[in-house]
Amino acid sequence: MLKLENIAKDFGGLRVLNGVSFEISEGQIFGLIGPNGAGKTTVFNIISGLLKPSSGRIIFNKSDITNQPPHVVTEQGISRTFQNIRVFEDMSLLENILVGMHRLFSYSSVSMFFDLPKKKKEEKQLREKAMDILSIVHLTEKADLKAGGLSYGEQRKLELARALATEPKLLLIDEPAAGMNPAETEELMNEIKLINKNGYTICLIEHDMKVIMGICGYVAVMNFGEIIAEGSPEEIRKEKLVIEAYLGKDEKSA
Amino acid sequence: MFLQQIANALALGSVYALFAIGFTLIFGVLEVITLAHGAVFMVGAFAGLIAVTRFNLGIIPAILTSMLASGLLGFIIDFVAVRPLRKKKYHHLAPMIATIGCATIITSISQGIFGAEAYRFPFDFVPTKSYEIGDIQLTLLQLVIIGISFSLMIMLILLLKRTKWGKAVRAVAENRRTAALLGIPVERVFQITSFTSSALGGAAGVLTGLNFNAIHTYMGGPILHRGIAVIILGGMGDIRGAMAGGLILGFSEIMSVAYISSDFRDAISFGLLFLILLIRPSGIFGKVPERKG
Repeated sequence: MLKLENIAKDFGGLRVLNGVSFEISEGQIFGLIGPNGAGKTTVFNIISGLLKPSSGRIIFNKSDITNQPPHVVTEQGISRTFQNIRVFEDMSLLENILVGMHRLFSYSSVSMFFDLPKKKKEEKQLREKAMDILSIVHLTEKADLKAGGLSYGEQRKLELARALATEPKLLLIDEPAAGMNPAETEELMNEIKLINKNGYTICLIEHDMKVIMGICGYVAVMNFGEIIAEGSPEEIRKEKLVIEAYLGKDEKSA
Repeated sequence: MFLQQIANALALGSVYALFAIGFTLIFGVLEVITLAHGAVFMVGAFAGLIAVTRFNLGIIPAILTSMLASGLLGFIIDFVAVRPLRKKKYHHLAPMIATIGCATIITSISQGIFGAEAYRFPFDFVPTKSYEIGDIQLTLLQLVIIGISFSLMIMLILLLKRTKWGKAVRAVAENRRTAALLGIPVERVFQITSFTSSALGGAAGVLTGLNFNAIHTYMGGPILHRGIAVIILGGMGDIRGAMAGGLILGFSEIMSVAYISSDFRDAISFGLLFLILLIRPSGIFGKVPERKG
């Protein structure tokens, strides 16, 4: 479904990604792990079009999306969430979702001044759909509240829901469990599994090994801008390089 | 007497608010202070005047014509002067200076065409009628000005609240990168914002021309200064703030002329703005910047 071919990225003279290649197949929950600074988020930024790779190609469903601007990548069916939360705080939860559904609206802005039945019907459908999406992350009761008032964990979930609203085929999730307590993490894992069951392919960056081992079907490990190992979670766990990268020489583990 | 002054202040302040609302919207979305907004206002006034004197249009069609013309001008300014700098990721200052250039060019061309004299709308274009409500005498002109400017502002707020593009504009104002990632064509949002804001600026130009019955090529300067004061007072990028700020400025100007002296009008009203900012440095509706720990 998504294929990275030899992606490299230099910031000034510094090489942060060096020949990164991997492939995500449809229906997978793909885990991308590695110590801080390994280049995971840079990979996400390159896939989603925020950064341009210095070399290499990104193929998504047989089309080349290397160097496409973010909104085109989204149109192609890739959506993402951020490590640091970026919900629209001044908007309600429902509005946050509706913004994500931007390209699904068809009626023109002029028609808002007239109560056309077609518009009303479409608006109702979109609102219902937005509520459905909110229900996946259990936030329907708060639909009309401002997003800025949500708790940290709830904002993360809202962000996930908003990414879903763009109707992606592939969802990139950057450290969803960061800052969540164990109970919230547990709930989040179930929600991600549910999203995956609903037909979305997922690529996940995560530090929490419990999350990775619990839900990922396939894992790639990065260190110093390179993929150092990949395989099933069980295989990865035994891999010597991975243990070294994580446990290092007397450094604190992730 | 006092109530009468309130009516006058409302007419003046609502036009300030209309001018400032577009000004602040561009800042909120594009993060650029467009110093060409005064020139757009002036061109809007002339477009309205021409629509009336040449084509004998009524007030509503004339305002629509003016909005179309000034909206297009705003779009062109964005396309020619702001967009190339945006692409190169120069923020704030470079685009602001580019818009000064635009303002100068537009004003010079207009002076070449219209000269320096003041133009007027035809006599009795808005019939000189007045209505008495209690002790207050409201002229038809004042009612027209207040009515049109508030309707336009309410329409803008509804557009932003209710429509797909309105939501997109608000999303881009909050965080353009996130908006882009959600599939919103940010560049198109910038263009729509430039058009809409400038159209409102043009309408404010026509209403000002009607209010003082004078349209001239250098009318953009004074309103630009007021506009800057108003959007800072209201809180940069905040629509409600621009409305409140415009009305406050209108009131303080009218009241200082009525009760103190017209010589001190600007000194008093800008002094008042200064005082408000001393108390609320980020403006009435402005967010206090969070301290990042």
